Amino acid sequence: MITRDRTAGASRREFLKMVGGGLLVVLVTRDAFAAPALGLTEGRRPDNQQLPEAVSAWLHIDEHGAVTVFTGKVEFGQGIRTSLAQEVAEELRVPMSSVSLVMGDTMLTPFDMGTFGSRSTPQMGTQLRRVAATARERLVALAADHWHTDASSLTTAGGRVTDPHRRRSIGYGELTAGRTITENVRDDVALTPAAQWTVAGTSTPRVGAHDLVTGRHQYTSDMRVPDMRYAKVLRPPSIGATLASLDAGAAESMPDVVVTHDGDFVAVTAPSAPAAAKALGALRATWTPAPGAPPSSRDIYDYLRHTPAAAASGGGREGGPSEPFVRGDVAAALAAAPHRLTHTYTVAYIAHVPLEPRAALAQYTSDAGGDRITVWTGTQRPFAVRDQVAEAVGMPNDRVRVIVPDTGSGYGGKHTGEAAVEAARLAKQTRRPVKVVWTREEEFRWAYFRPAGVIDVDAGVGADGIISAWTFDNYNSGPAAIRPPYPIANQRVTFHPSDSPLRQGSYRALAATANHFARESHVSELAHMVDIDPVAFRLKNLDDPRLRDVVQKAADRFGWPGTNHGSGRGVGIACGFEKGGYVATCAEVSVDKGSGDVRIVRAVTAFDCGAIVNPNGLRNQIAGALVQGVGGALFEAIEFDHAVVRNAHLAAYRVPRFSDVPAIDVVLVDRRDQPSMGAGEVPIMALAPAVAAAIFDATEMRVRALPMAPDGLKVAAAAGSR
Amino acid sequence: MRIEIQVNGHRHTVDVDPSQTLLEVLRDELGLTGTKYGCGEGRCGACTVLMGSHAVASCTIPAQSAVGAPITTIEGLEHDGHLHPVQDAFIAEEAFQCAYCTSGMIMASVALLRATPEPTADDIARALETNVCRCGTYPRIVAAVRRAAASVSGDQRP
Ligand code: FES
Ligand code: FES
Repeated sequence: MITRDRTAGASRREFLKMVGGGLLVVLVTRDAFAAPALGLTEGRRPDNQQLPEAVSAWLHIDEHGAVTVFTGKVEFGQGIRTSLAQEVAEELRVPMSSVSLVMGDTMLTPFDMGTFGSRSTPQMGTQLRRVAATARERLVALAADHWHTDASSLTTAGGRVTDPHRRRSIGYGELTAGRTITENVRDDVALTPAAQWTVAGTSTPRVGAHDLVTGRHQYTSDMRVPDMRYAKVLRPPSIGATLASLDAGAAESMPDVVVTHDGDFVAVTAPSAPAAAKALGALRATWTPAPGAPPSSRDIYDYLRHTPAAAASGGGREGGPSEPFVRGDVAAALAAAPHRLTHTYTVAYIAHVPLEPRAALAQYTSDAGGDRITVWTGTQRPFAVRDQVAEAVGMPNDRVRVIVPDTGSGYGGKHTGEAAVEAARLAKQTRRPVKVVWTREEEFRWAYFRPAGVIDVDAGVGADGIISAWTFDNYNSGPAAIRPPYPIANQRVTFHPSDSPLRQGSYRALAATANHFARESHVSELAHMVDIDPVAFRLKNLDDPRLRDVVQKAADRFGWPGTNHGSGRGVGIACGFEKGGYVATCAEVSVDKGSGDVRIVRAVTAFDCGAIVNPNGLRNQIAGALVQGVGGALFEAIEFDHAVVRNAHLAAYRVPRFSDVPAIDVVLVDRRDQPSMGAGEVPIMALAPAVAAAIFDATEMRVRALPMAPDGLKVAAAAGSR
Repeated sequence: MRIEIQVNGHRHTVDVDPSQTLLEVLRDELGLTGTKYGCGEGRCGACTVLMGSHAVASCTIPAQSAVGAPITTIEGLEHDGHLHPVQDAFIAEEAFQCAYCTSGMIMASVALLRATPEPTADDIARALETNVCRCGTYPRIVAAVRRAAASVSGDQRP
């Protein structure tokens, strides 16, 4: 039974009214509506490991045979509008062109926790296949009834049920015309094995590509409605500052300008963008800085190590303050190990820099039934943002509708609804549609960052070349992929949440990047210490066959180790496992001995995420993750002091550009015998440690800090060896 | 201040504020939202349009200095219902993910191909260096530009 509660999306009854007749197949997993609404408090992250496995999806076939899938997932460039449609087309035996997806609309789609954690493919994809397979079985049953024949003698293809013996066929739409049929997904519905896929598993072109290359697609920031107001929000001069005084007289006297002042929230709305900018500039405000002396980007690592998160704020973090994972007797094993190595690794705060900054358009309407707010915004968590908006404007959440147009990327950076809340508050106050588009500078200053972190690793290797002891202490980065894929007999692995001076949150692959950087860098150093080739050392120490396989495949394709070593050229490898994906990356770098400039010349990544749904889309995701990884590996870092971000511009915050991109070679391992897993995140993990190892091979210099070469290598090396 | 600008072959008279950029006028006054805002400082290329045959960052150009120079935006590339070869090539190579950078990338590529009909991969990287694709589709964009170059014979080139 679907009820209106903290999490519900559209109800089944309302929904049927909306779509009219036809066949509706509904999937609601049991705990979907018991899912707790996740808090979005400052400095917290949704916990990727402990989300309920709740997935809901609806599928409707109208009397013309048009198939519409309703899912709370959203399209941010990862291509799921296409790949999910492929899975439906496959199971339903209809052409791609008859499938369309309604995504991320809290009124039309069932509740969804959000689009993150590489869950769309393994969970939503699998469930949609079950939904579509159920629909197909029901259609076959309807045809059998219609013809008074045995269902097992019927086949389906091209959106029709066919009776091959009697040479007759009927379209799906005709079967459902004039009726309203509702069906629940059966647990035992048979799915088409991946080995037999003909639509799924192929490089189907991206849905909507034409609109993307012609500029027709409307991102949130492109939307306009009649009588729309442009809004600007007054920002404090430093993080945590509070408003001491405000003189809004000059702005208020401007024609058609409305100034909103509610606590520390101050904003202007005006009929045009320049008028809004002028009004904002005319506000006179004074601010009181937050008390205390906040750390800067120069002393952040000491600070994180020595400033544990207050218990109260720790609970909502990714994984929460974790009990150490302990196996064997690590102290004794470390003491006994003939080879032992201890180092500290650091990673900086970095920004997502989604090319489309946060944006929202909010529309307020009022009728006999009461008032409503509709907000268009690019968020990865439409239902959470709906609740956030409802709370901010003091309306029940069934009066708030959030719609997510396909968005200009997120990478984990758009879990929250800042612009949506701002626009909604202003729309409610002014009773007009209000658009808020953040500037790039606002995006840098007031969004959240990938956490900075400090990681201590202490490890021992036996005379046999097997890692025998391992301690790993991560301060603040997070617990994702914190445990080694190596079956080390004695280990203690601990995540220590810290009190972050900057607002932090999810980022593509979460802490898996930081944890792999530390772990795999350390493993490469161990290999060097015991004088074993780093590929051989990994194969010797790994037991997971799929991980061993990607290591071997990456090394083979790369031509490991090759001949480019020393004198400014070098190679490195790293590997890892997370969220069902296995990755290994070999990198080759060249280092300019004069300037210290590091160039990643070549990167080969082997990736296994089970049965591949769309190979071309997957290659695009993997290459994209590697390119994004280049920035975090070599030069991206947020600089801050006195509670102010100092490089809040693209001119000062360097992101990867054409000239930074290595030659990328991707080896896809298509495991049709394994479930399909997500791929947007995991391929980013192994690049940085592979590059670190390659830099050592080229220069004999160990760099243990991300980014490794923000101003060329020497500066970074000095910092890393401290 | 009233100015007349020529965009995609049409003349428009618009009332602009001296502070307004060409990007703002295109998007907010003319509704040509295919041209995107990404940074406002000439560092991302999302706002790239053609001024004459040169690619410019429209966020750095005051609207009034566009007077007298024909402007082409992404909306002006199609001819008789046919996509420009660069647009076709971007689809063929699937040279996008979120596609927020795509308009700017395509406009910069069109300008490059007009000046350098057969660019090398290095030419492409150099010409597009101020265009950011945060999704990291750079290798596909290079492939798309080369595909477009190969698909267009000299005299047909627009
Ligand atoms: S918006 Fe013009 S270059 Fe970024
Ligand atoms: S495709 Fe997303 S920024 Fe280029």
